[in-house]
Amino acid sequence: MNDEAPTKPVSAADELTEPFFAAGAEGRLLLARCSSCAELRLPIAPNCPSCLGGGYEWEEASGRGTVYTFAVMHQRYHPAWEPDLPYNIAVIELDEGPRLPANLIGVDNADITVGLPVEVVWEREGDAPVPRFQPVRAV
Amino acid sequence: MGHRLRGAAAITGLGITPMGRIYGKSSTDFAVDAVRLALADSGLAKSDIDGLLINAGITGFQGDGLGLGLQNALGLSDLRLLNHMNAAGSTAAQMVHYATMAIDAGMATHVVCVFADAPLREGGSAAAAYGNAGRRSGPQGIQGLSAGAGHFGANTAYALAARRHMALYGTTQDQLGAVAVAERAWATKNPMAKMQDPLTLEDYHASRWIVEPLHLLDCCLVSNGAVAVIVSPADRAAGMPQPPVYVWGMGQGHPGDTRRAGDSPETETGARFAAKTAFGMAGVGPEDVDVCELYDCYTYTVLVTLEDYGFCKKGEGGAFVEDGKLGPGGSLPTNTGGGQLSSYYMWGMTPLSEAIIQGRSQGGDRQVEENDVILSTGNGGALNYHAALVLSPHAS
Repeated sequence: MNDEAPTKPVSAADELTEPFFAAGAEGRLLLARCSSCAELRLPIAPNCPSCLGGGYEWEEASGRGTVYTFAVMHQRYHPAWEPDLPYNIAVIELDEGPRLPANLIGVDNADITVGLPVEVVWEREGDAPVPRFQPVRAV
Repeated sequence: MGHRLRGAAAITGLGITPMGRIYGKSSTDFAVDAVRLALADSGLAKSDIDGLLINAGITGFQGDGLGLGLQNALGLSDLRLLNHMNAAGSTAAQMVHYATMAIDAGMATHVVCVFADAPLREGGSAAAAYGNAGRRSGPQGIQGLSAGAGHFGANTAYALAARRHMALYGTTQDQLGAVAVAERAWATKNPMAKMQDPLTLEDYHASRWIVEPLHLLDCCLVSNGAVAVIVSPADRAAGMPQPPVYVWGMGQGHPGDTRRAGDSPETETGARFAAKTAFGMAGVGPEDVDVCELYDCYTYTVLVTLEDYGFCKKGEGGAFVEDGKLGPGGSLPTNTGGGQLSSYYMWGMTPLSEAIIQGRSQGGDRQVEENDVILSTGNGGALNYHAALVLSPHAS
């Protein structure tokens, strides 16, 4: 028998995204700006899906955005997530345009709304930096 | 003059295996069963078949092996057309597209299109069958952020899409439930349907959450089984045993998703432009459609698909379905076999098989009165891939 508690599968840096996760470990959210057409994106391939040009430079994003949509998970799919049920998962539309999936923290599931202003908070699962978002505090 | 391909081909054979929790067979075994049934249905001999198009279900991505080898499992020699296709849930309709085009081009005569899947294991849940499909290695990179945030499977993706629609347009849980209730009412009239108990809106609300805003009863079944259809030239179809179901219109729509501001794949699907192509070829509009067989992996899929075909305006799908018009006796009979929600889940073959049955007027207790124009759709990914067929019992 394996008595170790199951661990959540956390996204690991690959060759292309090493700078993204390294910056995350420092609490900064990076986006890539295409060297050819200047579109901001989160790269999933060496070439830009907009202009198909190669090359990009990382630049720091505001870390702010809004909840584009969200859902609340009730079904148990992975044992490591079971203690968190029901947990939320959201798609955040960053102020710069790109969208990324993330959990929301610091808000009850019942209080989440589409359009809610949020900001990034980098947390850790084990050693891995994980971007999560919390409601923007009223100034 | 109408479009050259309108009525050029017809569906002349249909084979549906027993469905559901049937164990001990691979998806290839099921596919062979379905093709045998379709051949018997069509009156064709195996030697008449010169085209084979194959669509593996989720087990095709799990090493189950349904693929080009099906040709040899079926003992089909000297095929003039063969492919193993994958455009997810839009593939079934697409197989009929490519079969029709190949027949028109003189590249094939009788084309078998087959889908098979066998993800259910004895004692295993539907969630086990689908929830972790294809997730063998750990998540990586930006794409991996999704799994890293606990996003598992299509249920989550469609919950996110439905929530977006609810927020933009005020779509309600009752309206999603109306789709489930209407389809179940049809299922009670379909002996092949797995779910036979009548369903009320209260039952719907009482069903457990899977991924909020989706209840269990918003989500399709998972089934083991196979469906095969045979596409033939229209001039041959007229002399064959079954009433032909003619292909009047075909269209596809795959909008893409750049995952940035401005795209709205969750609420504006490829059906918007698949509709233009398919209706244009058929020379009809939504007002002419007598019966809809829509891909219904989730209740929400039906609602957004109806909008994108122009049955109602964008955002009004909820109000459109709420009055029960999709159910028996309603003004727009939809998913008349119970759909993927209540009958069986054979990806795009669920709507297509029921469209053929309705087109043949073989629906028994659930047969619709008017079946001159039938819309049958396929949808795949997270609303990323869409294909349409406009079918009719009439040659022209």
